[in-house]
Amino acid sequence: MTPDDKRSYRPEGMADDAALLDESSSDPASDKSESGSATGTTARGNKPPRRAVSDIGFVGMLRFIWRQLTSMRVALLLLMLLAAAAIPGSIIPQRSADPRGYADYIAQYPERVEWFNKLQLFDVYTSVWFSAIYILLFISLIGCILPRTKVHLRALRAEPPRTPRNFDRLPAHHRIDLGAAGEAGQVSVAATGADPDGPSTAQENSSLKPSQPAARADSSAKFIAQGVRYLRGGWLRRYRVVTETEPSGAQVIRAERGYARETGNLLFHIALVGLLLSVAAGHLLHYRGQVILVQGRGFANAQVDYNTFEAGAWFDPQDLHPFRMTLDQFDAQFRLHDAAAQDFTAFVTIDDDGQTSQETIKVNHPLEIGGAKIYLQGNGYAPVVTVTDAAGEVALSGPVPFIPDDQVYTSQGTIKVPDVTSGEQFGLVGYLLPTADQPAPNTWRSIYPEPLDPMLVLTLWHGDLGLDEGIPQNVYRLDTSRMTQVTDGDDAVTIVLRVGESIDLPEGLGTLAFEGLDRYVALDLRHDPSLAYVLISSVAAMVGLAMSLFIPRRRMWLRVRDGVVEAGGLAKTDDFGLERAVRSLAEAAAYGQPLDDRDSDTVTSD
Amino acid sequence: MNAAQISDILTWGTATAYLIAMVAFTINLVTGRGVVASEDEPDEDAAASEQRSQRRRQKSLGIAKSVLILGVLVHIAAVVLRGFAAQRAPWANMYEFTVVGSLVAVLVFVIVAMRRKVWFLGAPVTGVATAAIVLGLTQLHVVADGVQPALQSYWLVLHVGVAVGGTGVFTVGMLFTVLQLLRDSYDNGSTLLRGEGAAGRGKPILKTRLLNLRWLESLPRASTLEVLSFRVNSVAFVLWTFTLISGAIWAEDAWGRFWGWDPKEVWSFVVWIVYAAYLHARATQRWTGRRAGYLVLVGYACVLFNFTGVNLIFNGKHSYSGV
Repeated sequence: MTPDDKRSYRPEGMADDAALLDESSSDPASDKSESGSATGTTARGNKPPRRAVSDIGFVGMLRFIWRQLTSMRVALLLLMLLAAAAIPGSIIPQRSADPRGYADYIAQYPERVEWFNKLQLFDVYTSVWFSAIYILLFISLIGCILPRTKVHLRALRAEPPRTPRNFDRLPAHHRIDLGAAGEAGQVSVAATGADPDGPSTAQENSSLKPSQPAARADSSAKFIAQGVRYLRGGWLRRYRVVTETEPSGAQVIRAERGYARETGNLLFHIALVGLLLSVAAGHLLHYRGQVILVQGRGFANAQVDYNTFEAGAWFDPQDLHPFRMTLDQFDAQFRLHDAAAQDFTAFVTIDDDGQTSQETIKVNHPLEIGGAKIYLQGNGYAPVVTVTDAAGEVALSGPVPFIPDDQVYTSQGTIKVPDVTSGEQFGLVGYLLPTADQPAPNTWRSIYPEPLDPMLVLTLWHGDLGLDEGIPQNVYRLDTSRMTQVTDGDDAVTIVLRVGESIDLPEGLGTLAFEGLDRYVALDLRHDPSLAYVLISSVAAMVGLAMSLFIPRRRMWLRVRDGVVEAGGLAKTDDFGLERAVRSLAEAAAYGQPLDDRDSDTVTSD
Repeated sequence: MNAAQISDILTWGTATAYLIAMVAFTINLVTGRGVVASEDEPDEDAAASEQRSQRRRQKSLGIAKSVLILGVLVHIAAVVLRGFAAQRAPWANMYEFTVVGSLVAVLVFVIVAMRRKVWFLGAPVTGVATAAIVLGLTQLHVVADGVQPALQSYWLVLHVGVAVGGTGVFTVGMLFTVLQLLRDSYDNGSTLLRGEGAAGRGKPILKTRLLNLRWLESLPRASTLEVLSFRVNSVAFVLWTFTLISGAIWAEDAWGRFWGWDPKEVWSFVVWIVYAAYLHARATQRWTGRRAGYLVLVGYACVLFNFTGVNLIFNGKHSYSGV
């Protein structure tokens, strides 16, 4: 997309205007800006004859690669490649976007894991091949923006191009013959339509009366003045206008509008680069942590207080804004007849450097503190239990969060008891049912998400919990590889416990008391300093895009000679309004204002 | 009978009106210079025959327009009632998306047709709208209801609304492209589209009068159709860009990240890239015409898959179809 390949230039589906302007474009400066200002749309069809690689040397080779890379053809290819390369990531569950789906997938297809990993198919969007495509695309983009910006800056200062000698060759022109001075009765109008395949001329005779026929000598000046007024009137017709007298004595106006089209185009592409840089900066500077907060409990914004925490390479732990947060209450509303969730609200107290405040966090309404946002990502129940060991000492006491599995909050969890004074470690694994129902003997299920009749249904394991090696473990899963299940004959012992109940564990392991049920919330804390720049870039890109697509770029010329007013126009792009604009210009120049808008703005069939 | 049920009945009525309009538009297309005129009595002189078919064309177009406008009014009423019944913007599940999307497509067509006299697009637009509405009513229909907490946001109005609108506008652009490709093939002497069949092994295949698309001659040239398609697709592309941006803003609020390569995000991105490629292709010399047209078809296929496939096959954060 460099401005050098002039021969193949063709603006968005229009005929090559260099050819149309051949006789008048003797001015090299205007000629150059001509080809340059439209290179956004340059085709690189006609390559210079290709020489053997050995001829061009190393620098020549580099130049060849650069030209190829910045050509529209390669940019198109890269775009299509990018689209195709994005697709596998929607089919194969991605490690970061869909961890659960990923875990299921590798369990289902273990034989694929190795080569999928090699091809980075579980991390498509950070993979080498995906990155390579978009980096090449952005290099191509920059290689396109730089020369175009230079050319456009020059075009912004340039005058409208010289007037073509013959308007007949323009895609739209309109001629009004006012006849001899004072002869107002007969006006012959000739017009041609914008017909790229070969203009057909239609003659029409009209009995329109020019409002003020004037002597030929000063009428020319008046027509020009009226034309200029038309071209500068109204906010949609802000043409850049130059008037001059040609050597033949004819007076001409040359005018151009729509420079903002190319400005918008450049803005769009530059904003895309800005978007990429912002996202990259965010990746390096951000942090994100998850925390599970039980009702009544507090949390301090420090790395150690998070359940999980990840940050970019340039993240500095000093950046963590020091605040404390307590979950006062969590409200969940469900609809009675189908248990559909209606509303979730977390009420928290924030202690920000001694200043306390009451805040709420809702889905769709994150709370912002010190540049970080706190999102309500999930909620559930944490049964409050007290476990005593075989010696009668309290081994564990407090809420244990269970993870909800379904709409009625059937929740899975484990109660691990590592700190026993004597004997073996033990653990309980099973379900919490907020509203328990027994449809059949030995079968329990939850029927409603609110805790109307909470019940714990657990099985018991004893042995080595595997926590002593210091290897991080999933707190919601029991590693039973070195444990034995407590059984009664062939069946596992099932412990069923309602709130307020307490039970002696079999084999004299201790006691378990189900004392109450707390709600908890799962919160995401996230800080990304680049967000504002991401938004600004995106909005700038959209504005630039709209400008580059919807602002018509037009060149108009008007020539007055011997009582004949002739207007011609050339559009840079497909421009339905051109024909009408040219006719209006001619009429405005001749009669002071355009005549009625006859409906020519239609698609003609042939 | 409640508002939701009345809305469903009106939606059926809309489909019926569009079907009638489609028939009238089709008659308008194929009479006159088209196939039907050849059945006139042979001894009638050409001028009278031409005059008669001209009259017939006028009449069928008048009927088509009136029924279409009636259909649009009923359609709007159905959508508004649906919104009342659900107490929210009426485009939160696949059924509503289909109904509102076809309304946008028809409205865009009416606006473009009034300004540019492209009534020839009436038959395909009403045909697609009828098919979409009937598919929605029979396959995707769900009871009008509120939405889950994650969807309770004014972005539902903006983000989804513009996505629906963009899809409707893309549909009109795609139909222009289909006509462009047909006209181009016809002009380049496709025997298939002249009802003479395509070259098979020994004898022509698909030789049928149904495929004699002589009415294509009454359409604008392929290059004009291409320009129309480009105009419409440009508008849709800007709408789609807004869909992506507003979706990112909403995702930042609701899910705690503005972009996470959720299947819907992936396919919206693919759609954007394919149409971006199309806009660029139209700017280069060797990729205008048919090739650019093929890109539109690829892009529209992605739009359709993004709406249907991603909602129904993949398990992502956008699984709100309710089906």
